[in-house]
Formats: sequence, C-alpha cells, structure tokens
Amino acid sequence: MDAHREEWGSRLGFLLAAVGSAVGLGNIWRFPYVAWENGGGAFFVPYLFALLTAGVPLLVLEYSIGHRFRGSAPLSLRRLHPRAEWIGWWQVVVCFVIASYYAVIVAWAAAYTWFSVGTTWGDDPDAFFFGDYLAASDAGTFGGFRLGVLVPLVLVWAVTLVILGAGVRRGIERANRVLIPLLVALFLVIVVRAVTLEGANLGLQTLFQPDWSRITDASVWVAAYGQIFFSLSIGFAIMITYSSYLPRNGDLTGNAFIAGFSNASFELLAGIGVFAAIGFLATSRGVPTEDAVSGGIGLAFIAFPEIISQLPGPSGLYGVLFFGSLVLAGLSSLVSICQTYIAALQEKFGMHRENAVVVAGGGTALVSLVYATGGGINTLDVVDNFINLFGIAAVGLVEVIVVAWLLRELPTMRDHANATSDLLLGRWWVVALGIITPLVLGWMLVDNLRLSLAEPYGDNPQWFLLAFGWGIALLALVAGILLSRRSWPEEVPLQRPPDPATPRPEGPGR
Amino acid sequence: MSTSAIVTMVFGMVAIWGGLAASIALTLRRSRATRASSEPR
Repeated sequence: MDAHREEWGSRLGFLLAAVGSAVGLGNIWRFPYVAWENGGGAFFVPYLFALLTAGVPLLVLEYSIGHRFRGSAPLSLRRLHPRAEWIGWWQVVVCFVIASYYAVIVAWAAAYTWFSVGTTWGDDPDAFFFGDYLAASDAGTFGGFRLGVLVPLVLVWAVTLVILGAGVRRGIERANRVLIPLLVALFLVIVVRAVTLEGANLGLQTLFQPDWSRITDASVWVAAYGQIFFSLSIGFAIMITYSSYLPRNGDLTGNAFIAGFSNASFELLAGIGVFAAIGFLATSRGVPTEDAVSGGIGLAFIAFPEIISQLPGPSGLYGVLFFGSLVLAGLSSLVSICQTYIAALQEKFGMHRENAVVVAGGGTALVSLVYATGGGINTLDVVDNFINLFGIAAVGLVEVIVVAWLLRELPTMRDHANATSDLLLGRWWVVALGIITPLVLGWMLVDNLRLSLAEPYGDNPQWFLLAFGWGIALLALVAGILLSRRSWPEEVPLQRPPDPATPRPEGPGR
Repeated sequence: MSTSAIVTMVFGMVAIWGGLAASIALTLRRSRATRASSEPR
C-alpha cells in the first residue's frame, strides 16, 4: 500500500515539522490577548485542562489515523470508513482557503522586516499600515493591486513552493530544521530585550495578575479550548497528513505530548515577550497598561512598530528580529497547510509531486492575489473570521463525532496508538474525545452561530458577508462533498489495511 | 509585580515548560530502554 510513500528522516524531523505547523502567527498575537482577556494568570488553569483533555487527545487521534492508514486526510479517512472521506476533503478545502490569505499576512510581515531597518512607519504606524502601505479601500471594493504587498507575496510563494516541491524529507523536514531553531533563538532574544525594558514589570503584572472570579465563567473555558484547538493545527488535516509519513515504529503518544507542550511553551514565551513590550509602550505613553493592550493584526502591525520606534539603541534591529520571527513562524505553518491538499491531489488524481505543487500551490498563489488589493484586508478579515468559526471548528467537531460516536473507532485508534507508543493511553483518552471535546466544540460552534446571526460581523455590507463569509464557509463543505464523489485511481488501494501493530478483522472497504 | 501575579507566572512556567521537559525526558528514557532491550546480546 505504501511501499513508495515518503517518510520523515528522523523523529526530530517530524517533531520540528509538527511544532512548526502548530507554532504560527496565532501563538504570538492571539494567545497573549486571549489570556489577558480571560482572567490573566487564572487562565492557565482552563488552558492546561484544555491542553490535556482536548489538545493532546486530538493530536493522538489524528496521529493515529494518519499513521494507521498512511494517506492524506481524505485517503486516510476513506480507509477508516468509505463514508468518512468527505470530512477529509472538507478539511483540505478549508486549508486551501486559509493558505490563500495566510500567505498574505506572512508577506506583510516580510515587508515590515524591511520597513524596520529605517522605521519607515514614522510617528503614526496606524495611518502608515492602513493608509500608506495597504491603501485600504472600503469593504466590498477591491481597488487594484498594492505593489508593497504583491512583491513580498510573490517571494513568500516562491519560497513555499520550492520547499514543498523538494518533498517531505528534503523539503519540509530540512526547512523546519532551520526555521524552528532559528525562530526560537530569535524569539528568545526578543523576550530577553523586552523584559529588560522600562515598564516591563507592569506589562507582566497585567498578563499574570489572576482574576479567580473568572474561573467559573463558562466563556473563559470555551476561550481556553478555542485557543488550544486553533493553535495546535488540529481538526484540519495537517496532523493526519504529517503523521502518515512517520515510520511504522513512530511513538505517537509521546510525540503528541511533546508537540502539544512545545506549542504551549512557545505561547507562554510569546506572552511574556509581548506583554513586557506592551508594559514599555504604556510607560512611554504615560497610560495604564490595559489601555495599550491589543491583539491580532493591531498588535503586530500597529502596536509593535510604535514600540520599536520608541526603543532606546538600535531599534531597527529589534524590528527585524520581531517581524523576521513572524515570517519564520508563518512560513512553517503555511508549508504544512499547503501540504495537506498537495498530498490529497497527488493521491486522488495520480499526480506527480511537482505537478501537484504547481497546480495546487500555484492555484492558491493566484487566489491569494485577491488579498493583495486595496480591499484585501477587509476580505481577509471576513474570510478568516468565518472559515475559523464555521470551517475549522465545524469540521473538527464533525470529525470527532463521526470517529467517536458514529463509527465507534476510538478503541481501535487507542489500540493502535498504544501498540506504537511508550506512553499508554487509558480510559481518560476515550472520555476526553468522546464526551469533553464534542461538548465544548459543540457549545463553541452554537454560541458563535448565535452571535454571528444576531449581529453582522464588522461594518461590512450584508452581501459581502454572505459572499465572502457564509458563502466561502459553505462552499468549503460543498466542495469537500463533491471532491469525495470522484473515484480514486485504480492503483490506490482503498480497503482498510490490517494493522500490523494490532491485527484485527478487516473492516469496510472497496 | 504583586505576589499573586508572580505565583501564577511561576505556576504557568513550571506547568508548561516543566510539562515539555518531562514529556521529552520520559520519551527519551523509554526509547533508550526499548532500544537496549531489543539489541542482540
């Protein structure tokens, strides 16, 4: 079945790729804000609980599916059960949508790495970002290409496609062996500099001051599960795809613990660096730290340029380190997102890797041009919001419900993980995936649906939300179902293979 | 920084970075043990 399937060169190579996929822009700009907004230091309790009851268990499940069935997400799920294939395609299409705009944010970071050298943004980073750099036009308009976005975007795609074209071991593994240690080293320098700035202690006080009254607030627990779910790259095909390249003796559970805690470790490091810098910003402005806190694009492209401008000494160098870190974190994640649909196309359409990279990667690059226009940031904001809330969260929930309750495959997946791992899974794993994870994800999805229906997202026209928000989220599902209806090439075996680790009777198959 | 903020910061660091160190140490120790037991004598 998989005689010619590529494999990771080493366990470290797989772990660096898995961590590189998980550690992305959200670790740097989302976690610190979410932690501060949800009880500060008290947030660590639900966060750790979510890591152990959803993050690591889901990682083990996806590693087991990919490792057991040795295919891209659609093929692995097809081998798990013929009626589960569409979930894999849904995940893959969600990845395609995400890759198309994620590359643009990496391109912004690349441009800002260059701008840092001369602190080009001047005294008003807000006006520079939306006015001079993006020349943002109204929601629903496109307003022509922006050269400052287009040029770095072409470079980002060139690097990404070269890495993907070189293959799993020579491309993805080798790139992550450079990107991840470099990212950690750069970020350590950023954090050490940030905590030695005047006012850093005020920022850290703001982040870590616990508000224990929030611990009984259900929304804080949902936020913790949401952070774990979105930051670990689970529920959207990446981990299934990556684990399918593990050798037969891969230690699945040990790898899941290491990857889960590595991601959390980087988030904590980012929280310390970001809030120490925010403390410095608040002190320079002479305002309370709470007034200087921001997250997302505002933190990276508006607050941080202001911080960089006010730093004593060679401030441009700090900017190069910060935005360079964003580029490294973004590139390693972008590569993993693209790999999901490149692997799926290779298998389903019998394409050579190079052709799949050109067709799928090049196709995504073309679509991403939409976000390099004046209206790009509005489109990106709406697509990102809806595909996260009703793409990733929905497909993750469906995957867990189908595997745990409809197919009742958790025991076989646990057997497989235990047979290949040193750390053995107990009953907690089945309870975590069968009960806790679907309940929390279900709640999150229903709550987000309620909020989105009650109030339109942002100041966007209704047609724009319908087309680029609801429409694209729904299109991902429909495209997933349609792709699953196409037949596989004859040479791709679809039957459920016997498990060499835990031999069982053959299940359903072609 | 207040004492409560320092306590939660230390708790977070020990739990998360300690969890990572423990996962790596446990996995490496068991891998070595598995390798040693499978080597021909």
